[in-house]
Amino acid sequence: MNQSFDEISAQLKSRHRKSARLKWMSMGALGLAGLFLVLFFADMLVKGLPAFQQAQVQVEVDYSEQASQIPLAALSEEMRPLVSRGYLRLIPQRMEANPDLQGTTRTEWVLADSSVDQYLKGHHTNLGADEQSTVDRLESRGRAELKFNTTFFTKGDSKMAEFAGIASAAFGTVMTLLVTLAVAFPIGVMTAVYLEEFAPDNRFTRLIEININNLAAIPSILFGLLGLAIFIGFFGVPRSSPVVGGLTLALMTLPVIIISTRSALRSVPDAIRHAAFGVGCSRWQMVRDHVLPVAFPGIMTGSIIGLAQAMGETAPLIIVGMVAFIPDITGSFTEAATVLPAQIFTWAGEPERAFIEKTSGGILVLLAVLIFMNATAVVLRKKFERRW
Amino acid sequence: MQTNQLFAIFCGTLLVLGLIAFFLGRSKASRVRAAGTSMHAQPDQYGWFTVLSTAGPAITVGAVGAFVMLLLGGDIPTFYLLAGSLTVACVGLMAGIYLVKPNFHARKAIEAVVRFLLAGAAMVSIFTTFGILISIIGEAIRFFQMQSFWDFITGTTWNPGASFLEAAGRGDESSSAAQFGSVPLFAGTFMITLIAMLVAIPVGLLSAIYMAEFAPEKVRTVAKPVLEVLAGIPTVVYGFFAAITVAPIIVAVAAFFGIDASFSNAMAPGIVMGIMIIPFISSLSDDVISSVPGSMREGAMALGMTRSEMIRDVVVPAAMPGIISASLLAVSRALGETMIVVMAAGMRPNLTANPFEDMTTVTVRIVSALTGDLEFGSAETLSAFALGLVLFAVTLSLNFVSVIMIRRFREKYRINNL
Repeated sequence: MNQSFDEISAQLKSRHRKSARLKWMSMGALGLAGLFLVLFFADMLVKGLPAFQQAQVQVEVDYSEQASQIPLAALSEEMRPLVSRGYLRLIPQRMEANPDLQGTTRTEWVLADSSVDQYLKGHHTNLGADEQSTVDRLESRGRAELKFNTTFFTKGDSKMAEFAGIASAAFGTVMTLLVTLAVAFPIGVMTAVYLEEFAPDNRFTRLIEININNLAAIPSILFGLLGLAIFIGFFGVPRSSPVVGGLTLALMTLPVIIISTRSALRSVPDAIRHAAFGVGCSRWQMVRDHVLPVAFPGIMTGSIIGLAQAMGETAPLIIVGMVAFIPDITGSFTEAATVLPAQIFTWAGEPERAFIEKTSGGILVLLAVLIFMNATAVVLRKKFERRW
Repeated sequence: MQTNQLFAIFCGTLLVLGLIAFFLGRSKASRVRAAGTSMHAQPDQYGWFTVLSTAGPAITVGAVGAFVMLLLGGDIPTFYLLAGSLTVACVGLMAGIYLVKPNFHARKAIEAVVRFLLAGAAMVSIFTTFGILISIIGEAIRFFQMQSFWDFITGTTWNPGASFLEAAGRGDESSSAAQFGSVPLFAGTFMITLIAMLVAIPVGLLSAIYMAEFAPEKVRTVAKPVLEVLAGIPTVVYGFFAAITVAPIIVAVAAFFGIDASFSNAMAPGIVMGIMIIPFISSLSDDVISSVPGSMREGAMALGMTRSEMIRDVVVPAAMPGIISASLLAVSRALGETMIVVMAAGMRPNLTANPFEDMTTVTVRIVSALTGDLEFGSAETLSAFALGLVLFAVTLSLNFVSVIMIRRFREKYRINNL
C-alpha cells in the first residue's frame, strides 16, 4: 500500500520478467501441443509406411500332378518356408481354373511369408539362421525384394499378415457411411430448417434445442448401447451389418449436422427472406428457393465434418458387433461387415509383429482420407463463403 | 426374400401412382385455368398436392401397420398390408383430383404438410434421447433385479466371472458368487481422467492465453486449425499410439526411476487422452478470453499493470466461468472416452492410487461385457447397461453445469457469439 515511488520502480524489473515468463510459458504450451502432433505423425509414418511395401520372392513353381494334391510340392525344399502359405493354398485352385498350367514349370514372383518381409525390413523376425542366409542369397541375386503392396489395398482381412488388406473394411466403411448420410443428412437439415425458419419460439422448441446440445455431448459408446438395445434387440436389424452401424452413427452425427446447418441458415441475411415474402412466396417456397441455396455450402461443410467424425468412430460400432472378421468384400447392407477403424482395432490386438505395421498402414490410410475430407470442407467454405 | 420383392413392387407401384397423380392433378388444374377461372394456386402446386394426397396416407397406413406388427405383436400378412396401403393410395389419388378446384388452397395445404414433416424430423432428436434413456434404464433395471443396487455402488470387488458360470448352467460349481462392486471401475476412470486433465488443462489453457493475448495474427490463423487436428484424429488411432508407443516409453522412464510399471498402466492412456482433449479446452477458452471486453484490459493497463498481471488478475478471473465450463466439458469427454482406454488401459479391475499399475475403467467394462459370447440376459451383459446409466447421468449433469456456467458468463458481459 504505502510503497514509495522508488520501491515500486525497483520491483518493475521483476514484474516485467514475470510478464515475459508468462509469455514464454504460454508459447511453450502451444509448442508442446504442436510437438505432440509432430511426434504422433512421425511415429505413425515410421511405423506405417513400410506396410505399403511387401516382400516378394522369385521362385520356380512346378505345376506337377503332385502339386495339385499337396501344394508344397510345387516348390523346392529350400523355398517352402519362405513363401506365403496363402499363396500355396491357391495353387490347386489355379491349376483347376487353368489346365494349361499342368505339367509346366514357371518362374514367378510370389508373395513371401511375413517373416521374410519383416526380415527384409530389418525388424525382429522368427526366421531360422538357414532361412535367413537363403533370403540373403536371394536378395543379393535380386530374387527377393520389397515391392509395392497391392494386396493391402485389394484384399480383405486375413490371419496371415502378408495377405491382410483393408479392402473389405474400406468397402464396409463406404456402405456404413452411405447409410449414415442417407439418414442423418435429410433429418438433420430438416430439423435445422424447422428450428430456424418455422418453429415458434416456445418451450417445446427450446426443449428440442437443449436436447440437441446434450446429444452432441453424450459419450459415443452410449449410442452403441442404444443401437444394441433398440435397433438390434427391438427392431431386429441384423447384427454387425452396415445398416445397424450406419443408423447408430447417423444418430450420433445428427447433432453435428443440425448445429452446423443452423449456423449456416442463421448467416443468411433476413433481407433475402423479406424479399422473398415481398414477391409473394410462402414460407416453404422462401426456404426452398432462396434460403437453402444460399446456405448450401455451409450445410455441406458441416455435413462433411460430421461424416468425417462418424468415419473415425469405433466404440459404438464395436458394441453393435462391427468388429467381425471379414475376409471377403460383401456388397450387402444387411450382411456382416467391418469398418476401417474397427479393422485397425482388430489388427492392433493381433500379437504378430507384422500386424503392427499393418495397423499403422491402415491408420495412415484412415488419416489420409480424414484429412482429405476435412480439407475439402475447409476449401468449400473458403470458396463459397459469402460475407454480407 | 418374398417380403423384399413385395416391398419393391409396392414402392414401384406407389412411384407410378405418384407420377400419375402429379400429371392428372396438373392437367386438371391447367384445364380449369384455361377455361378462364382464376385459381388459388399454380397448376404445378395442384399436381404436388395430389402426389402428397396419394403417397401420404398410403405410407402412413403402411408404417402404422408395420408398427402394430412390431409393437403389439399383431400378425398382419405383409401382402394384405401393402395391398391395403395401395388401395388407400388410389383413394387418396381420387380425393386429391377431386379437390383440384379453383377455391382450394393447394399451396397452403402443401405448406401444412411440409411444416408437419419438418416438425417430425425435429422430433427424431427427442426420440434419440428417449431411446438412449429407455434402452439403458430398461436393461439396468433388469440388472438391479438380479444384483443389489447398494452393492453395485459401494462394492469394491468387480468379479463377474462367476456369473459366466451361472449363465453356462454351472453356477453351483463356483465357490464364490459373482460380485459387481463398481468402485474399482470408477476409481480407474477418475484416475485416468485426472491424469488427462493434468495434461490438458495447463497446456490447453496456456495455449489459449497465448493465442488470445500474445500471438500475432499469423500465428493465430495457423495454430488454431493445427490444434483442431488433434481433436479430429480418431480415438482408435490414439489408442494404438498409447498402447504401442507411449506405454513402453512410460515403462522405460518409470524403470529409470526405479518404479515398476505395468505395460497397461494408467499413465499412457491418461496422457494420450489429455493430448486429445487439449483442443476442446483451448478452443473454447480462447473464444471466452477473446470476448472479455477490451475496456477491462485497457483499464488494467491504465492502472499500471504489466501484461501478465493484467491476464492473471483481470482477464482470467473474468473468463473463469467459461474456462470452468470448457474444463467440465473436457472432463465429461474424458469420462466417456472408450477406445483409448480399451486399447491401452488394463482389463483387471484394480483399486489402487498408483498410476503405474494397470487399472480398468467403466467404458472398458462396458465394451468387454458386450463383446463376449455371453447370452444377452446374463448379469455381466446387463451390468454394461447399469454402468452406462451411471456414465449417462454423470456426463449429463456435467454438461448441464457447463451450459449454465457459459450462460452466466454470456449474460454478465452481454456477449452473443458464444
